[in-house]
Amino acid sequence: MATYSTSEFRAGLKVMLDNDPCAILENEFVKPGKGQAFSRVKLRNLKNGRVIERTFKSGDTLEGADVVDQEMQYLYNDGEFWHFMMLDTFEQYSADSNVVGDARKWLKEQDVCTVTLWNNVPLMISPPNFVQLKVADTDPGVRGDTSGGGGKPATLETGAVVRVPLFIEIGDLLRIDTRSGEYVSRAKE
Amino acid sequence: MKWEELVRGDWRPAASLDTLRLRAHFLTQARAFFAARSVLEVDTPLLSAHTVSDPHLDSLDTRYTGPGAPQGRTLYLQTSPEFAMKRLLAADSGPIYQICKAFRDGEAGRLHNPEFTLIEWYRPGFDQQQLMGEVDELVSTLLRAHLDLAPSERLSYQQAFMRHAGVDPHRATLDELQAALRAHGIGVVSELAERDTLLDALLTHCVEPHLGQGRLCFIYDYPAAQAAYASLKRLPGEDYRVAERFELYLSGIELANGFHELGDAAEQRQRCNAHNAARRRIGKREIPLDERLLAALRHGLADCAGVALGLDRLLMLACGAQHLAAALAFPLYRA
Repeated sequence: MATYSTSEFRAGLKVMLDNDPCAILENEFVKPGKGQAFSRVKLRNLKNGRVIERTFKSGDTLEGADVVDQEMQYLYNDGEFWHFMMLDTFEQYSADSNVVGDARKWLKEQDVCTVTLWNNVPLMISPPNFVQLKVADTDPGVRGDTSGGGGKPATLETGAVVRVPLFIEIGDLLRIDTRSGEYVSRAKE
Repeated sequence: MKWEELVRGDWRPAASLDTLRLRAHFLTQARAFFAARSVLEVDTPLLSAHTVSDPHLDSLDTRYTGPGAPQGRTLYLQTSPEFAMKRLLAADSGPIYQICKAFRDGEAGRLHNPEFTLIEWYRPGFDQQQLMGEVDELVSTLLRAHLDLAPSERLSYQQAFMRHAGVDPHRATLDELQAALRAHGIGVVSELAERDTLLDALLTHCVEPHLGQGRLCFIYDYPAAQAAYASLKRLPGEDYRVAERFELYLSGIELANGFHELGDAAEQRQRCNAHNAARRRIGKREIPLDERLLAALRHGLADCAGVALGLDRLLMLACGAQHLAAALAFPLYRA
């Protein structure tokens, strides 16, 4: 991989730090007028999601990380691994629960999601920002109450539990924002 | 505007027209301030055959080719007009000021632009404390209508470090300086083996953010190794010397750097040589000594103090902006 010096650091750049792949979030140039220049860098560790802050002397370098985002179709879960497939090459990848993390509750078979590969091995799964999922279970609907006030929990077909308006019934198809985990609207089939 | 928008390469100015009007007003006020004190406005070359040798200042250079230099010769864009202004002082100019552009390679960020505006002035007969007083007056004059500031504060470099970094910058061992960084949760990836680099890391990460909150804060008496072109003095009862150098901070941002000027040509030569040795160690090109400056110092520089004040940062703070680019018509990415 290429190496990058502090003046090439920018948000989004993927680098290796302490043997883990990280994404640079921010790079601030700090320098006393007559003194040493530093880069104060915020990075996200792509293995555990933690945000860390590190300082480098200007001109120092980090090795790039071979990290790429790929759109893949989610195929199925065999109880231990989640399986994904590249849509153009049909190449398949499997990821364990550490890698899938919270994304699992939004993954519906055949939906397309983003698989982040590190050295061609899945590192992180990102569901689409919006998914459409059926309500598997919820308290009976209250007809006519479309105020949206109050609300109740509903379990979706993937197992995710979201707060929904009172009028939602079992079998309804819902549009959910996976970033906040919030109900957006009912969706058409 | 957000930083990302400010640095985008649009044709429009980054600073608002109100900010540009305030900039013009600052210039008028500064000139009136110096005129009232009989300080002479001067104008020295931005392009010079010589430049400063400070290890952490990098000059941009360019090439002049033409009459007098058919093969071309290197000219440096000045990081500050100090060498030329000292030559004027040695020629008995008396008190002088200059408002000009200064250039520094490698410096761009939230508080840096490689081209910026300085107000630099020299006061024969002043020491660093007297010049701090005058800087205070000028900055307070410019900011009065914009910021409500408490009376200014003066701390020695040592007091500022003891207070905010919990370590004595003059006496602490390298291990103690490293430990202070760790104690503040500062994760430095690079190896910091040199004392002044460690002090700079502590200064920027632990000390500066606290300086000048709601008031101007002057820091003075720097470590001798960071003297640049300031004279040295021994503090009463101490076994080390400090540099008669000061800086001004407001809202954690460095605004000015001043010296009780070094007038000794031999010492100046020695420092430039030491700078060049440091530059070699960190893989930078050496800077040829400015023999005209050394000749001027040998001729005799009146005992004086000098300071450079960053106009763009001052304007940025007056406008409540978070980024220097908001105080510039066309910052680097729009220049």
